[in-house]
Amino acid sequence: MPSIRFRLNGVETDVDADPDSSLLAILRGQLGMTGPHFGCGANECGACNVMIGDRAVASCDTPLWSVADKDVTTIEGLGSAEDPHPLQRAFIAEQALQCGYCVSGILISAAALLMQNPNPASADVKAALDRNLCRCGSHNRMVRAVLRAAAEMAAR
Amino acid sequence: MTETAPSPPKLPVSLAANPVLSSWIRFSPEGQVIVSPGKVEIGQGIVTALAQIAADELDVDIGRVRMVRASTAGSPNEGVTSGSLSVQQSGRAIRYACAEIRQIFLKLASDRLGVGTDALDISDGTISGPGNVQTSYWELAGDVDLDREATPGAVPKKSTQRALAGNSVQRLDIPDKVFAHPRFIHDSALPGMLYGRVLRSEISGAKLTDLKQDAARAVAGLVAIVRDGNFAGVVSETEDGAEAALKALRKGAAWSAGETLPDEDGLAEWLKAQPAESTVIDRKTAVRSGEKHRTIRRQYTRPYLAHGSIAPSCAMAQWTGDHVHVWTHSQGVYFLRADLAIVLKLPLEHITVEHMEGAGCYGHNAADDVALDAVLLAKAAGRRPVRVQWSREDEMSHAPFGAAMAIEIEADLDAQGEIVDWRHSIWGNGHTARPGRAAQPALLAATELAAPFPRYISTNPAQAGGGGADRNSIPLYDFPSWQIECHRLLTMPIRTSALRTLGAQGNVFAIESFLDELAAERGEDPVEFRLRHLSDPRAQDVIRAVAKRANWKPSKRDGAGYGLGFTRYKNTGAYCAVIAEIEGADDISVKRLTIAVDVGEAINPDGVINQIEGGAIQATSWVLKERVRFDKERITSNTWADYPILRFSEVPEVEVELIQRPDMDPVGAGEAAHGPVTAAIANAVFDALGVRVRNLPITRDRLIEAMELTS
Repeated sequence: MPSIRFRLNGVETDVDADPDSSLLAILRGQLGMTGPHFGCGANECGACNVMIGDRAVASCDTPLWSVADKDVTTIEGLGSAEDPHPLQRAFIAEQALQCGYCVSGILISAAALLMQNPNPASADVKAALDRNLCRCGSHNRMVRAVLRAAAEMAAR
Repeated sequence: MTETAPSPPKLPVSLAANPVLSSWIRFSPEGQVIVSPGKVEIGQGIVTALAQIAADELDVDIGRVRMVRASTAGSPNEGVTSGSLSVQQSGRAIRYACAEIRQIFLKLASDRLGVGTDALDISDGTISGPGNVQTSYWELAGDVDLDREATPGAVPKKSTQRALAGNSVQRLDIPDKVFAHPRFIHDSALPGMLYGRVLRSEISGAKLTDLKQDAARAVAGLVAIVRDGNFAGVVSETEDGAEAALKALRKGAAWSAGETLPDEDGLAEWLKAQPAESTVIDRKTAVRSGEKHRTIRRQYTRPYLAHGSIAPSCAMAQWTGDHVHVWTHSQGVYFLRADLAIVLKLPLEHITVEHMEGAGCYGHNAADDVALDAVLLAKAAGRRPVRVQWSREDEMSHAPFGAAMAIEIEADLDAQGEIVDWRHSIWGNGHTARPGRAAQPALLAATELAAPFPRYISTNPAQAGGGGADRNSIPLYDFPSWQIECHRLLTMPIRTSALRTLGAQGNVFAIESFLDELAAERGEDPVEFRLRHLSDPRAQDVIRAVAKRANWKPSKRDGAGYGLGFTRYKNTGAYCAVIAEIEGADDISVKRLTIAVDVGEAINPDGVINQIEGGAIQATSWVLKERVRFDKERITSNTWADYPILRFSEVPEVEVELIQRPDMDPVGAGEAAHGPVTAAIANAVFDALGVRVRNLPITRDRLIEAMELTS
């Protein structure tokens, strides 16, 4: 098997696998990262979103070969309980979820948005999250949380 | 209306069913309180609300409370986590159990410290009295036997004495979810775990006639191919390997023709033509009836709806000899165990079913089905555990759906347009085919085995338990007389079971649309019209509150409309009134939902608001977009592209006013909004466009259809 090298949450990572494997399968399988979730396997729900560079993409239909030499960020790389990303703090403050299965993908889409547009309006947030599905109906809280995180980051 | 003071004293239902105090509450030597409810977390925040109740009643910091996941290995049996009953049932049981336990400890502390119980105070579990004497729950725990039955008559704190209940404590599970600490069953791995996938045909009811296995056997990592009649699946060392083997197996499978599905464009006619069991749900005879001048009849329909969990259903199973351990996101671990025992022909004590969190399920989805799948596949895995996950396509086509409904309302009016008689009839499949209720299993794979069980035809819970198809069909309004009938189908080509609210969404949509039409015909304001027919002050309060909050009725502007909807969920639960503001001509956009709700005592107000907001947004999605699609042989809406749901850019603003009633028994909030939101949107569409859409969902096609009928 060929080896493919990329940076995963800032760490140089080598993977020996079929280059056509889906990135999600590699992340959740060999690499043991359970943050990105399987939802549909067809780039229709956003539960598996990761950042490649500063873009949020569905890892379920991203082939492994396509991330060679790139930066891949999963929810695990965004922040931790000890050192949370402002988005994670804001989602807790706004209690912005119910079941939370979609939330790792939504946090990634939101993080990508804030990298590209640090001062988004509510409509920008909705547009950035439009490909992420939430079935519990926590949308409005999530939008508020993203705006809250943006404000916190701007105030720094 | 219910008041809290019980006389004569009776135990809360869940506590009466599971009276041993230690089955609910224990004290660990590490200074924790271990709370073990029979209800499970399904994303509704119940675990936090129950922790609040326990911490309050025992006077301990909520940080000391450890919540145990339900398991048949020892949890109280509280049936199923459904029907917005968890706070009502589990919450009351825990409150009363804790109140009694607190007294037991106070009594013992009083003996030890030589201080009267009245002089003792409890703070974070430390029991202290005058002169600096003190002890604690944990110090005394060794000498207190909680393996005793609860006694009726324990007196919980007054609402004013509670420190946590009534406050928006942050949910205990949310940090794990935003930091991606594995909590979901999908993310859980057991040592030596294998991966399983099940092969199912897209064709409804097709039989597996041939299964060529060579290609699947050649896939790296394959452990076993399992076949038992029409049930087939693979077990692999890796998840990728399981997917690849399933793909190969699918190519080698041949299927018979299935069974014919109904015509999706003639659903109402089809529902009304099926063999059915007819029941009179309720009848009210007029004391003095007005004179009938004319009769109005309207028919309403709602389609089959998918639960549409964001996660495909998942389970793990592990055999040890003739014992099996199952991990599941089922809403009822004991009920699932009962069905597994029937299928496996094993005694109950050979099966342990343990809950783990899944994604929101919104009712009976494939959670229980996949648990049997895992148990069957794990038989081929020796003693190794197997985790099985469904595909998105199977989740959207083989899991049970919320039942389609046809509802007819007929009212006799007097010369002034006042209602003198009211008749409400419902046609559709039953709304419940949950496991554990019958002598036959309700699990999908049970019907696929070589020695199959018959398909379980959905039934309806009794009206005393809230009803099923008939839920919320009995008017809350003071009409002089009525008759409510339900026709439950005895055939079930499309599988149905519990979806949030059961029949309430359809019935409230029908009743509230019909009333809106009557009010409009009389030229009467819909708020006034409803208030005039309601004598329950709590019902009047939510309607007045929402009208005030939404500045009812906002002045008319082009392309916009406002509509009202009201219900008391299950006629005994939460009161909820909604005003919808919509815009649009071809495609309807819901701009804002203003909601007033009364759940009695709100244990966690933000949790209640979160549930109401979520329910309102989900209902908006049902109303504007959702409809299970099918052709003659298969469910065709098996992807998100074919079963679209509401997206961020389409979500309305939702404003919730919570009417606090700390001295009233708490009731659930999760299903209160769906019916009134549905009706409010439909009524707002009429206000904006002058057309009544009586067939859900309110899509562009349905609007055009309704306009053609009007013109």
